[in-house]
Amino acid sequence: MIAWLRQHREAFARARGRLLRQRGASLLNALVIGVALSLPAGGYALLASLKSVAQRVTVEPQLSVFLRQEARRAELEARMKSDARIAQARFVSRDEALRELRQAEGLAEVVAALERNPLPDAFVLRARDPSAASLEALAADLRGLPGVARVQVDSAWAHRLGALARIGQLALALLAALLATGLIAVTFNTIRLQILTQRDEIEVSQLLGATDAFVRRPFLYLGALQGLAGGILGLAVLLGGIASLNRPVRELAQTYGSDFQLAFLPWPQAVALLGIAAFLGWLGAMLSVSKYLR
Amino acid sequence: MISFSAVSKRYPGGEEALRDVTFALQAGEFAFVTGHSGAGKSTLLKLIPAIERPTSGSVIVNGQNVGALKRSALPYLRRNLGLVFQDQKLLFDRTVYDNVMLPLALSGQPPREAAKRVRAALDKVGLLARERANPIQLSGGEQQRLAIARAVVNRPAVLVADEPTANLDAESAARILDIFVSFHQVGVTLLVATHDQALIQRYGKRVLRLAAGRLAA
Repeated sequence: MIAWLRQHREAFARARGRLLRQRGASLLNALVIGVALSLPAGGYALLASLKSVAQRVTVEPQLSVFLRQEARRAELEARMKSDARIAQARFVSRDEALRELRQAEGLAEVVAALERNPLPDAFVLRARDPSAASLEALAADLRGLPGVARVQVDSAWAHRLGALARIGQLALALLAALLATGLIAVTFNTIRLQILTQRDEIEVSQLLGATDAFVRRPFLYLGALQGLAGGILGLAVLLGGIASLNRPVRELAQTYGSDFQLAFLPWPQAVALLGIAAFLGWLGAMLSVSKYLR
Repeated sequence: MISFSAVSKRYPGGEEALRDVTFALQAGEFAFVTGHSGAGKSTLLKLIPAIERPTSGSVIVNGQNVGALKRSALPYLRRNLGLVFQDQKLLFDRTVYDNVMLPLALSGQPPREAAKRVRAALDKVGLLARERANPIQLSGGEQQRLAIARAVVNRPAVLVADEPTANLDAESAARILDIFVSFHQVGVTLLVATHDQALIQRYGKRVLRLAAGRLAA
């Protein structure tokens, strides 16, 4: 057990030594891996940021009910208050709506140019059940009421965003799988070259009684260390990318009245990314050495 | 200790390097293998650590049929043999000391014990003062002695050496043979390939004479 640990320590020291001795090449390899990793990691960070927005909106399931001019407001209000599916109903008169519109940036002149108020009276409702299906059912019922011109499910876009995010997630998974394969291939190749430069040492070791595990060990550490270094660089690329993107993103989001921002990976995911990078490096090295040893 | 029975070895697409070779070496025996170039000396020696496998017949080392050993068992066989290769196979990217350390490192010896053994082996071949040197700085005879130190650092019961005195002057060759004799005196079994007839005559040990792959009487 102690001998086993010592052999691991020695193999690790040898791998680290090789990595440091060929600093330039090691850095370039790590950079290739880092850039490859930063793409799916960046995609993941983007999706996670979007998802948090979508979730925040869907917990406030809102419907806007626009009324015809001849609608009887009191009757409708009573009907809505009695509906158990509706948590809250707020009446917004057409005058009130116009006032709000006038306050909105850039629209004051447009409103001033209007001869008469084109806006309808409306109710803004909050439903109890935020699920898309129940919101749609409620909207269909409301459309059937006399005096109702149009019902709009305001949170629909959040659902669409959710669906988009799911597609994005799938695309991201594909991208990640492709780049993981690439990472294994990169490690496979660098370890193969490393093996070729140390063919003499491997041959002599085998003649003197080295087991396959002994020969393999430093290369596995080398692959894992290279993957880990790539993972760290990948996170650094991501961090730099997010920092430089966030200023324009914030400005854009503000014009939509949102405080949306890209967030860095949560730290468990960041640590997981490093672990995955190290594992893939190890795997590439394993395939490479095993092929050499047959 | 080592016994060959009806061993033949044919390389793929080539001639038979060994034909029907049978002999036995007792524990503690010292024998030379001799013959012209291409007579099969190296092939015979390579069968013992299973670097090559016999085409037919059996090679028994220390009770094990080494021709039938699984690949995964070979390291443990080789750790118990001392091997001196014709081309020495020294590593020039590390010191004399580290070359001798290699067999101990790969069998996981405790470092303190290993360091003692490395120094003892280097002392035995007269290279202790050169332990920090790179093998490239050593003379031919010194390199050969370094190869011997590496072969014996594990204290093997069997030492197999292929042309250990090739390309050496008489004085260096004699020095190497003296080292072998001292191992023989402490009970090590030795099998040494050489084409140097003068050397063989001087030491008067058992001789296995190979001619075209056959053992001559």
